[in-house]
Amino acid sequence: MQDRIVVQQQDFDVPAEYARIATDNSDGAIVTFVGKVRDFNDGSAVTDLTLEHYPGMTEAVLQQITAQARERWPLNFVTIIHRVGTMKLGEQIVFIGVSSAHRKAAFAACEFLIDFLKTKAPFWKLEGVGADKRWVDARDADEQAAQAWEQDS
Amino acid sequence: MINVLFFAQIRELLGTPSIQLEAGEHVATTAALRTHLAAKNEKWARALESDKLLVAVNQTLSNWHAEVNDGDEVAFFPPVTGG
Repeated sequence: MQDRIVVQQQDFDVPAEYARIATDNSDGAIVTFVGKVRDFNDGSAVTDLTLEHYPGMTEAVLQQITAQARERWPLNFVTIIHRVGTMKLGEQIVFIGVSSAHRKAAFAACEFLIDFLKTKAPFWKLEGVGADKRWVDARDADEQAAQAWEQDS
Repeated sequence: MINVLFFAQIRELLGTPSIQLEAGEHVATTAALRTHLAAKNEKWARALESDKLLVAVNQTLSNWHAEVNDGDEVAFFPPVTGG
């Protein structure tokens, strides 16, 4: 059992991160999620994205949601990597990887972690649309996705 | 002293990431601290007016009834949008 929680500026290497959580033969399932900078948001062409965070609180919240996921599902490895700073179109923003004996726990925990990260961890997105910058609004759909997990528990 | 941090739109509107102020009765709760800061001027009032504004005390998400004590770190920020 191992948690790896990292907030960093630099990009991450998905094959290397996969390899780290795929070392235990008691794990029959690995699920990973990668979030990327998308070209369109609310009808505007996005050219870059800047992520701001609250150092200290961010890591603490990611540790808390990882602990919550471990209470709900039997997980072995859990990795969360979130980038901060400015990223271009198509770049990777976030990596979530979990390993477990069986796929249902791995799928559910991975989705739970990204849903909770999006609504609980203190990160903020500033979108670049050409020369213009605008702060991204929180989405009701993201909040509803996180709340659905709380009703399930 | 109370260390007050601002993030994202709030930081940008205020033009500063943090301020320090003396602890005291007039800023003894998160709501009181918010009211005290908003009373500075129009800019501060506007930055802190949103009904979606969130507050954290010592790096834990809190509410507007929470106590604020000497040495605390209080952060004001908009709803989070990571991932």
